[in-house]
Amino acid sequence: MAEVNKQAIQDYATRLGDDAVVIGHRVSEWCSKGPFLEEDLALQNVALDFIGRARMFYSYAAELANDGRKEDDFAYMRDHREYQNLLLMELPRGDFAYTMVRQLLVDVFNLYYLEQLQQSSDETLSAIAGKAIKETRYHLRRSSEWVLRLGLGTEESKKRAQTALDDLWGFTHEMFDLDALEQQLADAGIGVDNTSLQAAWTTQVKSILEEATLIPPEDEWKVKGGREGYHTEFLGQMLNEMQCVHRANPGLEW
Amino acid sequence: MALDQEQNFQAKIDAEDKIEPKDWMPEAYRKNLIRQISQHAHSEVIGMQPEGNWITRAPSLRRKAVLLAKVQDEGGHGLYLYSTAETLGITREEMINALQDGSAKYASIFNYPAQTWADVGAIGWLVDGAAIVNQVSLQRTSYGPYSRSMVRICKEESFHQRQGYELMLTLCRGSEAQKAMAQDALNRFYWPSLMMFGPHDSESAHSASSMKWKIKRETNDYLRQKFIDQTAPQIEFLGLEHPDKNLIWNEERGHFEGSELDWDEFKRVIHGDGHCNRQRVQHHIKAHEEGAWVREALVRYKQKKKLKAA
Repeated sequence: MAEVNKQAIQDYATRLGDDAVVIGHRVSEWCSKGPFLEEDLALQNVALDFIGRARMFYSYAAELANDGRKEDDFAYMRDHREYQNLLLMELPRGDFAYTMVRQLLVDVFNLYYLEQLQQSSDETLSAIAGKAIKETRYHLRRSSEWVLRLGLGTEESKKRAQTALDDLWGFTHEMFDLDALEQQLADAGIGVDNTSLQAAWTTQVKSILEEATLIPPEDEWKVKGGREGYHTEFLGQMLNEMQCVHRANPGLEW
Repeated sequence: MALDQEQNFQAKIDAEDKIEPKDWMPEAYRKNLIRQISQHAHSEVIGMQPEGNWITRAPSLRRKAVLLAKVQDEGGHGLYLYSTAETLGITREEMINALQDGSAKYASIFNYPAQTWADVGAIGWLVDGAAIVNQVSLQRTSYGPYSRSMVRICKEESFHQRQGYELMLTLCRGSEAQKAMAQDALNRFYWPSLMMFGPHDSESAHSASSMKWKIKRETNDYLRQKFIDQTAPQIEFLGLEHPDKNLIWNEERGHFEGSELDWDEFKRVIHGDGHCNRQRVQHHIKAHEEGAWVREALVRYKQKKKLKAA
């Protein structure tokens, strides 16, 4: 097995934390705005799972960094150019169809990703994946059920779901790229080889879309850059809001 | 016959038996309960807004998670309470319509804005704290389903109150700016929390019949006193100044005594002069309207599935 330094694992855990905190934040924006009370609560539940997941990844990154930083330093004291989340996570919550279609795309990805990460030779990453995958199975049950309801519900819900799908699809390709860091960790049996997930992801997503009578878009456009810190305009705004109280009074306990 | 029923009903109440949904009850009892329980449910739901407003800005991930879970619990309480009210023959839709057209009320405390992060702590500590004092007494309310929901809700609320107090304590042990933020939140939320118990007993429109039917078990003034007494040492422990400069300990009575509340303000805020009255209801209406197509899709999907199965 290739020798991997701690820094690489720390960077890897940090970007997984970024994915989780950013999508968790977006879902949390639904609070008190859901289409009905039960769904409002279910969305908060999902947000809570992602925030919990971010805390586990960042805590591990902090432990590896061993320089006095804690989970919150990773979430609150890094700028959007330092964030390495996938772009799909940072797009605004949109309408309910946009949120649910995005969740489907993310949940199927997370399912396969976490299955692999559970096999990691790094015990902490494997343990986090083991906990997270249980939540993801529940998330996926919800998002796939919702996509069916929207696709097969009314004209309007179908149209909204299809529009969301068309707007989101170009952001999914990035999920299956592998940069140098990820390649190194995949080779070492620590990280996931994302390229290996694409076939299964595509099959499962398309089968749900077909059942929902939604049309999988053509692969006409691809937007990438999240893992390099090259983000949409939305992330900066989101982090400004998320970090404002923490940064106004830095270095304090809350 | 009606007289016998009414006598039986009152006898049951006097014997501390619970009234259950299928039991006979006077129409005024039913109406009074629907008013109170739906108001309570609406308060939980509208109460999600001032705190929800801080979820995206919570200054640590732990606080963000705690706040999300708390707001989720409040919504959950709203759900049990809507179901409780439904046992009295009203639908959730009717209750929501009444909230949106202004004919049903919610706790006026939520017409005050949550302006700073410390307000999240003050709301948990004082607003949930005042709610618990009231709800503990309602665990013995005469209507069975309401009493049982109160038992469940009280457990979660006392957890919230401890979390809110712990948030305040962290601020008070932090920087000068954090402590000043805590003091400011206390100063703003102390008085409206005392008003949550409602007008003085002598002025309270619904008190007399509610007491006779044991819907309410303690008077507004008794519960308010209890809250004043429990809060004073908590303020001292935080090292904050008590917002009521006239507060004194009455040894003989064994209670704190403070200033008279500004009841004119109370009435003004209830009747529309609060910073958030229109915002709260409009927010609710907007979310409800934006969700209409989702609810329609859900209904249609279920119908289609049923047809397919048939």
